Amino acid sequence: MTTLTTSSTGRRRVVDAGPPKPRGGLPGKKIAIMGAAYLIALIFITPYLEMFLTALRPVKEGTDPTIIPKHFEWSNFTSVFSGTSSFGTNMRITLEVAFGATFLVLLVALPAAYYTARKKFRGRKAFLILVLVTQMFQPTAMVIGIYGEMRDLGLINSVWALIMVDAGFNLAFAVWILSAYFAAIPAELEQAAMIDGATRFGAFRRVTIPLAMPGIVTALIFTFIAAWNEFIVALTLTTSPDKAPLSVAVDNYIGQYTVDYGHLFASTVIATIPVIILFGLIERKVVDGLTAGSIK
Amino acid sequence: MTTHAERGRSTRPRPRPRRRGSRPVLSGLAPLAWIGPAIALIAFAVLWPVVKMAQSSTRHWSRYGVDLGSNGTDNYSKLFGEQDLSGVLMRTGIWVVVVVSVTMVVSLGVAQLFNQRFPGRTVARWALIAPWAASVMMTAIIFKYMLYQGYGFINILLDDVGLVDRGSPTADWLGHSTSGFIWEMAVAVFVSIPFTSYTVIAGLQTVPAEVYEAAKMDGASKVRTYFSVTLPMLRPSLLVAAVINVMNVFNSFPIIWEMTRGGPGYDTSTTTVFMWVLKKGGHIGESAALSVVNFLLVIVIVFAFLKVSKWNSEAD
Repeated sequence: MTTLTTSSTGRRRVVDAGPPKPRGGLPGKKIAIMGAAYLIALIFITPYLEMFLTALRPVKEGTDPTIIPKHFEWSNFTSVFSGTSSFGTNMRITLEVAFGATFLVLLVALPAAYYTARKKFRGRKAFLILVLVTQMFQPTAMVIGIYGEMRDLGLINSVWALIMVDAGFNLAFAVWILSAYFAAIPAELEQAAMIDGATRFGAFRRVTIPLAMPGIVTALIFTFIAAWNEFIVALTLTTSPDKAPLSVAVDNYIGQYTVDYGHLFASTVIATIPVIILFGLIERKVVDGLTAGSIK
Repeated sequence: MTTHAERGRSTRPRPRPRRRGSRPVLSGLAPLAWIGPAIALIAFAVLWPVVKMAQSSTRHWSRYGVDLGSNGTDNYSKLFGEQDLSGVLMRTGIWVVVVVSVTMVVSLGVAQLFNQRFPGRTVARWALIAPWAASVMMTAIIFKYMLYQGYGFINILLDDVGLVDRGSPTADWLGHSTSGFIWEMAVAVFVSIPFTSYTVIAGLQTVPAEVYEAAKMDGASKVRTYFSVTLPMLRPSLLVAAVINVMNVFNSFPIIWEMTRGGPGYDTSTTTVFMWVLKKGGHIGESAALSVVNFLLVIVIVFAFLKVSKWNSEAD
């Protein structure tokens, strides 16, 4: 994998280093760029295509050394929901956690980011450092503490615990991105709207929010995806299969004695495709968001 | 900001007139209304667990998680007495250094490529971003499946090219600690490249076109321009990407967990995985002690990085 990537970028650099040509470039160079880019794109999408193909592979072809199965079995995608499996419940929990955490982050990060972008107040720097430090920490390093806390609070197997932890650890990024977006919007625009008769909140809602929308959408989708994919906290805080989100449910499938790969990968496809599409939708904004984040 | 902007910023639909009168008293507390909820959430989700973790590391725990009272630093001495600990620490160092440096170098190339205009770029970029969006844990599972001896996709490919006999013991990549760990590092690089490339692309777009024109007028070659102009201007983005990658890779758990569960033995465990293995094995106090050590390591790495890069002064 890695070597392929390196060699194809290496190839491009050689092309790039060639004699300077007029702007617009030769078709040859363009074709080389396209070829290398498509190859890399293919490498990065391959595992997910393979996931899909395996989900369609009939059980009796399970160990056939063929890349494409001879027959396709679509029933895995429907049968994961039926029978004794708790897949439907796990899916519901994942949705609750992802939407809950996203909503909580929006509620908490929006005012904090707006205020820190607009005001110089006592403790502003301390707050920004707190946010920066939070961004450095990950739940993985402190699952033992999280487990202890939630056990004391009686929140083991509770969706609320997962929502709070996921929101807490994604808050920093949202504050950071949103604050950069708000800071880039001149306060004069709001003042102008207020001179025209808008209330302060009206100016915020009609002027600032629409202008900051790309940042807001980016921050929210990031949070949603992180909460959707979260694994180790959920693994720690859930002890029963019907209280666990998808990520833990999938891990449980593997722990079982015989693994039904068709079902396993049908589940992972169902869990993966929505977030890949969601991320694809904000692909352009990701660059803007990262620019805003890193410039600040 | 100006003083009149200082007053009355509120999410409430109508500013209340009485605020003007009470302002001197409330102005000190005003920020709390805005940033208070954020601080509360951080305290609940991040700070409380840190305290709890430190506490747990000094308690004596039964196998089933019952607190049997204080036992001072026993958990730490037991942890540092573990024979496998030095290997785990060394492996963690290799893991972070190799994965982050390979990721950074490859991403510089990938970003340069995907920053060009070419037909179908949108689709290609969307494919590139897939591993970032997808769950790392599920990506690791499919890689494990693709590496199966006999019928895994990667083994079939390698067999077709003539590199490896797909049924041979070599093809049982994850059964051996060295090849298993190398594949795990490869998967870690794989899932880190999209974010890193995008950060570099974002950085590339902040380089003004005039700079390139100036370099061209001075007769600089493309390679020279890249190393003397582009790379220095990418410094802020590269620092951000490096810091975030170091954190992510250091804390990475799902890749190793899903592919080898840290085994055979502890031979593919990093500190994060080892911590989990200890907890699972009922050594809760020791596991808590290791998480404290882990946590301190993260802090040291972050501050060392900030110091070296002087990122601190740019952040505020």
